[in-house]
Amino acid sequence: MNQDQEQFTFDFKNETAQIVAESRDELKLTLGEFEGPLDLLLYLIRKEQADIFDIPIATITDEYLNYIRVMKKLDIAVAADFLVMAATLIEIKSKMLLPREPSEEAGEEIDDPRRELVDRLLEYEKYKSAAEMLYERSTVEQAIFVRGPIESDDNNAEISASVFDLLTVFQKIVARHKDEIQMEIHREEISLADMLKSLKRRLSEAKELSVLAFFEEMHTKRELVTAFVAVLEIVRTEGVRLTQSKTFGDIILRMS
Amino acid sequence: MEEDSKMTSRSPGELVAVVEALIFVADEPITSKLLAEVLDEDRESVDAAIENLKEEYAARESGLQIREIAGGFQIATRTELHEDVRKFLKTRPSAKLSLASLETLAVIAYKQPVTVPEILEIRGVQSASAIKTLLEKRLIVTKGHKETVGRPMLYGTSKDFLIQFGLNDLTELPSIEDFEDLVQ
Repeated sequence: MNQDQEQFTFDFKNETAQIVAESRDELKLTLGEFEGPLDLLLYLIRKEQADIFDIPIATITDEYLNYIRVMKKLDIAVAADFLVMAATLIEIKSKMLLPREPSEEAGEEIDDPRRELVDRLLEYEKYKSAAEMLYERSTVEQAIFVRGPIESDDNNAEISASVFDLLTVFQKIVARHKDEIQMEIHREEISLADMLKSLKRRLSEAKELSVLAFFEEMHTKRELVTAFVAVLEIVRTEGVRLTQSKTFGDIILRMS
Repeated sequence: MEEDSKMTSRSPGELVAVVEALIFVADEPITSKLLAEVLDEDRESVDAAIENLKEEYAARESGLQIREIAGGFQIATRTELHEDVRKFLKTRPSAKLSLASLETLAVIAYKQPVTVPEILEIRGVQSASAIKTLLEKRLIVTKGHKETVGRPMLYGTSKDFLIQFGLNDLTELPSIEDFEDLVQ
């Protein structure tokens, strides 16, 4: 696992955000990160020591809106999700202010406008606890170690290619060239030294190079031979490795 | 080649030894089915050998343990030894998931296969970046599309999830309803 990843640690019991209300108009807070509007609501309800089944909706709505106001004041982008919840709270609050229809009052169960919100809060809190359980499990898991990977053909692509593998690739290309119609164009012959130089430059730029692709670029048999010798030479003299991921697969030149 | 004859010449002790060796070299938890196939033994003998091995480890209070993870078996160090092991390996506990990612993972683990809007419904907040992190860490995988408007992508937990959270299978997770009691 990558070590330079962000390190997250948190204490579920203590590291929640704190709102320390000083008075009704002034709000002091230590900003923690609420995972979302439901998380914030749960926090506010708990702070008020309110019964989740009988949420004092006016108080909680006020505090919730205050929190959002402070976030805005501090130039913290308030996520749309928080605003949606604000609207929901206000809606519930207004519904609760409406006088109930006399006919409804006669009914046995009066539909509580808070009902849906309470259900969502309870549902959310279950998953919050489940997240805590996962956190604890992963902490325990980190105390258990298994052995590191063992090198095998499957997990190790670095099977060194032999000269014969190189020859096979070379022959493949030669055979392909035979079939092509050759046109007589005079071109300058490239020397081994030049070929080596260009191969070195390409390798230092690309870090790795397919031998097959490199040979493919050659136009004449003579160039091909020069290229082949250049590959052998660069492996012998420079810190370049030949790797082949599977038998008869492509051979890759790689700077080490 | 007699395909159906499972007559191998191993004694029970030899079978325990070779089972131990294979569990040790396997990169991932190895199933008893695979062990039986490779060794040309029947499942019952392999299961018995694994049981035997577990008892052996426990009896001599070994520093290693045979764990049942993601449906297979794995040899790992014992939890109690983590301080010394870590000191030797010079490792720190690796990066943990953020609370948002853990919450999202919890919803996916319990509700799978589940879509992004369904996760939003429960968490009350967008989970896009958490889902990206979880996909990158291979803890979740896509499980096709839901046949509904817009055909949203379905997500579920992966084998790596089981391995990283030390689970044999998903039924080992405590029931989500069990958390209700904790809540109130």
